[in-house]
Amino acid sequence: MAFKLNVNGKVLEADVDPDTPLLWTLRDSLGIVGPKYGCGIGQCGACTVHIDGKPVRSCLYPTSAVGAASVATIESMETHPIGKKVQAAWMDLDVAQCGYCQPGQIMAATALLAAKPKPTDADIDAAMTNICRCATYTRIRAAIKQASGQPVKA
Amino acid sequence: MTAQITGASRRDFMKASVIGGGLVLSFSIAAKAEAAEAAGAQALNAYVRVAPNGIVTIMAKNPEIGQGVKTSLPMMIAEELDVAWENVRIEQADCDPKLYTRQFAGGSLATPMNYDDLRRVGAVARAMLVNAAATAWNCPSGECRTSAGQVIHVSTGRKASYGSLAGQCAGVAAPDPKTIPLKDAKDYKIIGKAKPQYDTKKIVTGQPLFGIDVRLPGMLYATYEKAPVFGAKVASANLDAARGVKGVKKVFVVDGGTKLDGLLPGVAVVADSWWAARKGRNQLQTKWADHPTSAQSTAGFDKRAAELAAGQPMTSLRKDGDFDAAYKGAAKTVEAAYAYPFLAHAPLEPQNTTAAWKDGKLEIWAPSQNPEPGRQLVASTLGIKPEDITVHMTRCGGGFGRRLSNDYMVEAAWIAREAGAPVKLLWTREDDMHHDFYRPAGYHFFKGGVDAAGNVVAWQDHFVTFGEGDKVASSAGMGGTEFPSRFVANFKADQSTMPLGVPTGPMRAPGSNALAFVNQSFIDELAHAANADPLAFRKKLLGDKPTVGEGGSAYNAGRMQGVLAAVEKMSGWANRGKLPKGTGMGVAFHYSHLGYFAEVVQASVAPATGKVKVEKVWVAADVGRQIVNPAGAINQVQGAAIEGLSHALFQKITIVNGAAKQSNFADYPLLRMADAPPVEVKFVMTDNNPTGLGEPALPPVIPALTNAIFAATGKRIRSLPIDTSQLKA
Repeated sequence: MAFKLNVNGKVLEADVDPDTPLLWTLRDSLGIVGPKYGCGIGQCGACTVHIDGKPVRSCLYPTSAVGAASVATIESMETHPIGKKVQAAWMDLDVAQCGYCQPGQIMAATALLAAKPKPTDADIDAAMTNICRCATYTRIRAAIKQASGQPVKA
Repeated sequence: MTAQITGASRRDFMKASVIGGGLVLSFSIAAKAEAAEAAGAQALNAYVRVAPNGIVTIMAKNPEIGQGVKTSLPMMIAEELDVAWENVRIEQADCDPKLYTRQFAGGSLATPMNYDDLRRVGAVARAMLVNAAATAWNCPSGECRTSAGQVIHVSTGRKASYGSLAGQCAGVAAPDPKTIPLKDAKDYKIIGKAKPQYDTKKIVTGQPLFGIDVRLPGMLYATYEKAPVFGAKVASANLDAARGVKGVKKVFVVDGGTKLDGLLPGVAVVADSWWAARKGRNQLQTKWADHPTSAQSTAGFDKRAAELAAGQPMTSLRKDGDFDAAYKGAAKTVEAAYAYPFLAHAPLEPQNTTAAWKDGKLEIWAPSQNPEPGRQLVASTLGIKPEDITVHMTRCGGGFGRRLSNDYMVEAAWIAREAGAPVKLLWTREDDMHHDFYRPAGYHFFKGGVDAAGNVVAWQDHFVTFGEGDKVASSAGMGGTEFPSRFVANFKADQSTMPLGVPTGPMRAPGSNALAFVNQSFIDELAHAANADPLAFRKKLLGDKPTVGEGGSAYNAGRMQGVLAAVEKMSGWANRGKLPKGTGMGVAFHYSHLGYFAEVVQASVAPATGKVKVEKVWVAADVGRQIVNPAGAINQVQGAAIEGLSHALFQKITIVNGAAKQSNFADYPLLRMADAPPVEVKFVMTDNNPTGLGEPALPPVIPALTNAIFAATGKRIRSLPIDTSQLKA
């Protein structure tokens, strides 16, 4: 059935089964491929998007549940006041290795900074539960600190 | 080399590349912008094109799996070409070994195999531009120098940009690379300077880069169900039920073969979306035929390994001196049995390939670490010529050795031909975990002895692994020169095998990722038996001979002493006695992939729960005289060390009824942020050829951790992953 979705500030139409996870509606129907598939069970966080500003694992989120909420993906973070700072820190510290998980990491980090502008290490540990298989955690932590204007340990 | 620097074949390549770029929807926007920027470029060889505006496009020859070669290999060319890095654009090459020689990501070999050749590629292109200027100025080329994309006539100061000269190089034969001198390393402007990954902006903005992101006009989506018992045939499946699902276009059984790294039997479901394909698959209720390995299990392997250890070994790997006599005469002896499990690679991007079959030819987009063998596998399985298959290399969402096999590529090719449409095959995470080429499990039964002065005088390892007789399963072997071989006078390494129906293969630092754990743990046991400082004990064991052995099996004890001394200092090893109760430091070293690594871990154990907290890791690394890209290099080492901790703390694949029991990250957890310690890295520079960093930092961290746990608790970890319930006080 046809859904009208508010994605990255635009209304987009997708004709999918209501139970189709938002991830697949974004990737296969709408061609928005920044959110990634890693596990399909909400474990890895590679598919993280924002729904009304909150981080959501889109691989488990039925398209029919989105309704009128606004969906933001990594593709719109350059226009997000916090998201663009997070992206800049990620580039400055050259965080990525393979890069596959990083869109999800950036979405999770942006949501963290929106809720806690100066997160402690414990805040970062609690909020950043996304898997990085390349284990770039050292730089992810440093980039979150840098984006929040806190001192960065090498 | 000759193929690499001939300009002639470049034209054909560009043609193929343009066709590919036009067909892929998702990659086209960025590619078009880059193509426009470099419009009118002249190819100087297979790697280098120079546009009139001075933009230089350099081809990245090898697959990028996160190890950073898409940036670091072009840095080698750009250095000798003498161009400004900001004017360099990098393009991923297709699989074309005739142009680019071996293109693969494995063995930490990209740097050692390409460091000389790619610098020469840049130097030869630079020489052509200098010659073009000298011809125009009617002067000897020796009167010219270059700087940041310009040729300069030294005495007159006359200048010409590479962009203005490149056109004059068309059709000019390249000079013999042997006649072209290379720069002195002290003059480097690009090599040795930290450069961010070329794709970093695309990564952080979510642009399409990976195999999973490929989209073609009219493309269908496929899922492929295979037997949990590796290689079992389809007995029955409800194909019609799957066909009844909305969006499903085609459902068929693939007979497949028996080779575990080829096309295996299964059921393909092709649909207009991947979700529809999966819903179709859910209706299949596939039944699998009996298979001879369906009774195999980890519990059975454990039992059989203990039986084999009690008997005579099947094979001798090495025998020096008289172990039995030395063991009998030793001041202290230790006997211990070690074991480690199967591991899945679990790269975060699940296996996938997009394939388009048209008029008997195939075009493939694959995240493969090893594309040319993939092309050969597709050709032999489908009965077509390799030259009728084009393989585009996409960025890989992790590799770790898993994508050295091309099973997903041949599945996609077969399904695309059957479906008669371009198809993207995407595995589920569960498919990936159930159909890996696992890091093999293994068992080591040690006996060792030290004399009264704290020297290791006797060492015996009965290694029980998988295979038939002398023939071992992939990545399940041990060489006779594995340390401490050649450092202990009375040394015995033996091997016994048991049959295995589970596919195995190389995983990041293959062999080493397990052997470092067992050997460096048992050395620690001997050190403690001798009441010695475990680090000083290791220095003594390494001795004062600079190099032991020759050729490929040479072991440079001097380089290992260097990193061991460095990590001792970095970690404050001498002050470890001041650590609080329940906290300890452990040390380990390992040589693999041409790199010498010594590491110290500081860890604490919570008495009530046994929970292990890794507080810090120090890594001292010797990979020769030059770090190509320090930004990427440190990232590789930190990632490898943390991955090793993940193996030690969490990861295990259990075989039950011939199949892998774990299926996703809920039951195969990977280390996350909260458990990731700081990792301090120091490169010890020595005058040796530069070597790779993808792998060798991983192995020592595992025994450094288990040795730290012993220092903290007095409890010896002899089996992985670490069972924290046994660490409670």
